[in-house]
Amino acid sequence: MNALRIDAEALYAELRRAVQPHLKPDTALVGIWSGGAWLAERLKQDLCPDAPQGVVSSALHRDDFSARGMAAGSDATRLPFSVDGRPILLIDDVLYTGRTIRAVINELYDFGRPASIHLFVLVDRGGRELPIEPSFAAAKIALPPEQRLSLMRNEAGRFEFTVQEQS
Amino acid sequence: MLSRRNPQLNSHGELIHLLSVEGLPKAVLTQILDTAGTFLSVNDREVKKVPLLRGKSIFNLFFENSTRTRTTFEIAAKRLSADVINLDIARSSTAKGESLLDTIANLSAMHADMFVVRHSESGAPYLIAQHCAPHVHVINAGDGRHAHPTQGLLDVYTIRHYKKDFANLRVAIVGDIVHSRVARSDIHALSTLGVAEIRAVGPKTLVPNDLREMGVHVFHDMKEGVRDCDVIIMLRLQNERMSGGMLPSASEYYKSYGLTEEKLALAKSDCIVMHPGPINRGVEIDSQVADGRHSVILPQVTFGIAVRMAVMSIIAGNEA
Amino acid sequence: MKILIKGGRLIDPATGRDEVGDVAIATGRIVGLGKVPADFAADREIDARGHVVAPGLVDLAARLREPGHEHEGMLESELSAAAAGGVTSLVCLPDTDPPLDEPGLVEMLKFRARKLSRARLFPLGALTRGLAGSVLTEMVELTEAGCVGFGQAEVPMADTQLLLRALQYASTHGYTVWLRPQDAALGKGVAASGAVATRLGLSGVPVAAETIALHTIFELVRATGARVHLCRLSSAAGVEIVRRAKADGLAITADVSINSLHLTDVDIGYFNPAMRLTPPLRQGRDRDALRAALADGTIDALVSDHTPVDVDAKTLPFGEAEPGATGLELLLSLTLKWGQERGLSLANTLARVTCDPVRVLGDALGSLSSSAGRLVEGGVADLCVLDPEAQWRVLPEALKSQGKYTPFGYADTGMALPGQVQATLVAGTVAYQRQATG
Repeated sequence: MNALRIDAEALYAELRRAVQPHLKPDTALVGIWSGGAWLAERLKQDLCPDAPQGVVSSALHRDDFSARGMAAGSDATRLPFSVDGRPILLIDDVLYTGRTIRAVINELYDFGRPASIHLFVLVDRGGRELPIEPSFAAAKIALPPEQRLSLMRNEAGRFEFTVQEQS
Repeated sequence: MLSRRNPQLNSHGELIHLLSVEGLPKAVLTQILDTAGTFLSVNDREVKKVPLLRGKSIFNLFFENSTRTRTTFEIAAKRLSADVINLDIARSSTAKGESLLDTIANLSAMHADMFVVRHSESGAPYLIAQHCAPHVHVINAGDGRHAHPTQGLLDVYTIRHYKKDFANLRVAIVGDIVHSRVARSDIHALSTLGVAEIRAVGPKTLVPNDLREMGVHVFHDMKEGVRDCDVIIMLRLQNERMSGGMLPSASEYYKSYGLTEEKLALAKSDCIVMHPGPINRGVEIDSQVADGRHSVILPQVTFGIAVRMAVMSIIAGNEA
Repeated sequence: MKILIKGGRLIDPATGRDEVGDVAIATGRIVGLGKVPADFAADREIDARGHVVAPGLVDLAARLREPGHEHEGMLESELSAAAAGGVTSLVCLPDTDPPLDEPGLVEMLKFRARKLSRARLFPLGALTRGLAGSVLTEMVELTEAGCVGFGQAEVPMADTQLLLRALQYASTHGYTVWLRPQDAALGKGVAASGAVATRLGLSGVPVAAETIALHTIFELVRATGARVHLCRLSSAAGVEIVRRAKADGLAITADVSINSLHLTDVDIGYFNPAMRLTPPLRQGRDRDALRAALADGTIDALVSDHTPVDVDAKTLPFGEAEPGATGLELLLSLTLKWGQERGLSLANTLARVTCDPVRVLGDALGSLSSSAGRLVEGGVADLCVLDPEAQWRVLPEALKSQGKYTPFGYADTGMALPGQVQATLVAGTVAYQRQATG
């Protein structure tokens, strides 16, 4: 089978076009660690340099803690703005089962009550296990479960997708 | 003799019990400190709770009384959404002659997931860890004179918070070190994390020369001991020391080994002053110093909750 | 019963005899040694080819836990353990419950042991009533009942005035006083003072606890002329003091336990309660000094210090656990191991647990002293047939003793021990014979 090549930069351009109309004066961009965080950073640079921006981690609300234990690595949530009453655009690279989104929403609620949360993703690969849908996905791609799709960012700051087989 | 595997680590080198700082690799200590940082931010949120240990039962087994330590463990466990049960062992079955291991077996039968144990005998948590069911984790909240690992960890967390890098630090521990489990845990943590120098300061009865075998420099003159230090950790003086013939009186102790502004001035100008609490004002430390700008005694308490949350969540996620 | 032990390598440490030959036994005595009378008609033969035939071991310190403490060891099980360990005579300590301070208790103990036909039992009597350290026991009566000496077991006598008087009284009748050199106040810790105790936060027993006690005892010996046997030396400093006292001509003897001879405080590991012992295990250089002292005669005998302890009393935090380890079935192997490590001959090695302990007991053994611990034609048939090359693993469940706690368990050490007993005879009766396994 040929290696699947996805043009991440092209998809990012689509995402940027879709996000732009949703930006209100007090909208915050929140990226899900790690791929979503990079996207949120670039979106802020490109569209709204003064907008509040943060990173959110699913580590503390994951539903698979008992099986996988405490993850190592510095992926703490950082939200340098008040969540209460704020419209939030939640940004992620790949949407799959929906469990990360569920955990991240719970994490955001630990900080306050947002006015709204809209989800924007680069790739929706289907396989949902929870009733969660994005407001926008730049691409819909079906992949077999053994393949893992990850966003990478090279030294120049350009986005690329990698596809890895996992056991 | 066969070298035995450290009972705190499973075959993958992951932490399954926290019994002592001694013997833990630097990577494990660093993981705990980093994770504690995450939990510190939880304590600043609206909702100071995360669901990581929901459904888990944590039993506080305090064979030796301590409301303070027990309370911080209870807060930490509840912030992780665990169920906490406090067992007042002194008044319960053990007082009726039930053996330690029978008590543990009974509690295991009540589906305990974790025991937080404080005991007056060195080594008691090892016995418990050896004999409890394989899925049960044990955290040592202080055993005899041997170890108080969560205190050692929160102390190095505090030092890292204020000093960033351990490499060039000169740390003085002052007081009754020979009887102190806090001091032993601090010494092991500081050694593993690679501080430049650890000093033990006190009279010969409380700081005997054979402490050098633990890798510390012994000082009996406090002024020399705290000179140019970056960190001073003051230990509490217990009343029993007077009756055992180790010290004549608290006031004489204060004269030689109490931390006053004058002695503090001999340390570095940005020296931090720490104390595991509760403090004896006017015995080991002056009120002015305890409440002064060098003191980080209150932040230690806050860090203590985050460190205990880190230890519990890391351990709970690892299998025996 | 007439027994012929055939073809064994006969080793008698007392004379240095080391040659292959037969042993003929009748009416509880050795009637032929080396060459056996042609008309000797044995009822039973024991094939000792490839094995060593030595005098039965004489253990100067074993606790049988009777009277009292029956849940920890009964005479039956512990004397079976002795037989399985090749021990044909043993001295038991007076700290039973009640202590051996009444002739009736001693008589009963000896009577019961005799009926079991295993090892010969030589009780030590209590030096003071109840071991309480204030009133002397009736030493004459106790000796008539069978005591071979008097002691306080682990209970120190802090009152030096009283110790002086006890020594004076004992020496009036020529009795030996067996003392553990440990200062009452300094000896309260649970581990030896040093780096390990400091690290583990265990209360320490400084070396001074032993050296101060030794100096005290020697001054009192000089003052009274009493004969003293020092029990369980544990330190290099202590050894040095004993060496000088012996050079000065003091009438003292000393023993060391198999535990102190082979282990150090590092072996405590993660608070292993099997390592909770008295005296506490000291450091490497102490162990080395003890090993050298046993070789050069400063220490006269090696003992098992057999002390069965119940599971309940050991599964406690280290400081609360009861001190003691099982030892009767390990005495031979640990003696051989020490001898091998020092490059000593088998005869020289075995002396420490045969003729040398008998020399310590001296007159107290009465007529037995001429042949116990030796192979003597016409003497008592107390023998041990052993295979010095066999390696075995110490598995607590397989031990005959009810004391299952040992620092030498294979699970802990990963090491097998040398030397296995094939058969043990006491007074010409087979007290133990190894079952042949496949």
